[in-house]
Amino acid sequence: MIDFGYKIQTDRQIDYDSNDRQILEFVRRGEPSIDWCMSCGTCASACTAAVTTEYSLRRLIILARRGMNREIVESVYRCRFCGKCFNACPRSVNTRNIVYLMQLAATKISNHEI
Amino acid sequence: MKSVAIIGGGVAGLEAAAKLYKMGHAVTVIEKNDQLGGRLNQWHALFPTRKPSGPLLMQLKEQVCEGVNIVVNAHITGIEKNDDGFAIKISNNRLITANVLLLTTGFDIFEAERKEEYGYGIYENVITSVDLEQLFKSGNPILTAQGKTPERVGFIQCVGSRDEKVGNPHCSKVCCITAVKQAIEVREMLPSAEVFLYYMDLRMFGRHFEELYKEAQFKHRIQFIRARLSEAFENPDGTLQIRIEDTLLAKPLKMNLDLLVLMVGIQPQKKDGNLVDMLGLERDSDGFLKPEDQYTAPFKTGMRGLYCAGGITGPKTIEETLIEARAVAAEINGFLSRRKSFIGHEQFVMEL
Repeated sequence: MIDFGYKIQTDRQIDYDSNDRQILEFVRRGEPSIDWCMSCGTCASACTAAVTTEYSLRRLIILARRGMNREIVESVYRCRFCGKCFNACPRSVNTRNIVYLMQLAATKISNHEI
Repeated sequence: MKSVAIIGGGVAGLEAAAKLYKMGHAVTVIEKNDQLGGRLNQWHALFPTRKPSGPLLMQLKEQVCEGVNIVVNAHITGIEKNDDGFAIKISNNRLITANVLLLTTGFDIFEAERKEEYGYGIYENVITSVDLEQLFKSGNPILTAQGKTPERVGFIQCVGSRDEKVGNPHCSKVCCITAVKQAIEVREMLPSAEVFLYYMDLRMFGRHFEELYKEAQFKHRIQFIRARLSEAFENPDGTLQIRIEDTLLAKPLKMNLDLLVLMVGIQPQKKDGNLVDMLGLERDSDGFLKPEDQYTAPFKTGMRGLYCAGGITGPKTIEETLIEARAVAAEINGFLSRRKSFIGHEQFVMEL
């Protein structure tokens, strides 16, 4: 390929209308408390995985709300289910179940089951 | 009998008038519009209870209908201070005198046209929170300008608030909870619509506000997105495209909306004929009337016998305005009683 000295930049905008929110819908059906989340980040500050990785449950829930499923699949498996986030959450969101259902949804999407 | 003139027949003025009348004073309410009730006339339901505003408005009006002197359609042309109090000149060469003057003239609503980039008055599907409340009041269905039932409705916070470029550095305080209330009402009227609320901070300071916010998230599935809009665009079909920074993901986001509601802020009255300038009173850094002391003299203006309450000194909820009205009535009553006591202090000492 000829190198013209420039390349096409990919669009980094979140295209809300084109995204599908099936992970959010899947989690919501099993764990409605996902809608209680107010993105305070207490879960992420308590998270043992967040110390050494980019993992953040606060971010994952927003990604689900925006329908950014690829980004969810990239990081959702880093959770080791220690449950500190559930203890920390001020609104008693069932965080562990949310991560579990997100992983399940992500797996189902990769297997073309949903 | 001592007399009190109250300029502004809204929530603060009516409540203070009723209380002062009960305390035995001669009270006159001077209102510039043709009816009493002020801003409450524009409102359909109250936050956070979602009770209709009608009964409160009715009660406020009823409690002044007997005994309190009401002057409507009154344009104030001049106010003179004398040893006895005040002489207020109004249109048609009428003069009202009073020992005490209470200012309850309220606030202005930010003119949404001034944020031209949001398209109010340019794009047909951009409306304000006041327009929406009046639509609720009319009982008509929510439709786009094209006559379609909206599938997506967005609420933009802080329009004309926390915006130094438009001269309003302050937070208007009531818009956050108003948006939550209105978003719920839209969802109830349009159960299949998606509703989004774009905020910089959600300031759920009042009693039961946080509960309504959680109800909006959980029961009504309103999507809260932390963002501030820079500009709205109109698509050829009349729908709107907005581009925002999703600040919690640190990424730009674009989406289409059928209806965009601008949460217009509360701002000080600065137009010609405003009483703060007419009386030469001091304004605070944000332009609202500056009380003598925020803590110890919140209803005093620096001029003897001249008091203030309600939205004239800053954005307030109806609850806060009512409390201020009752408090200022007690303070005025104290001031007028002290005036009586000049006759002789001993008359107030009871024989035991």
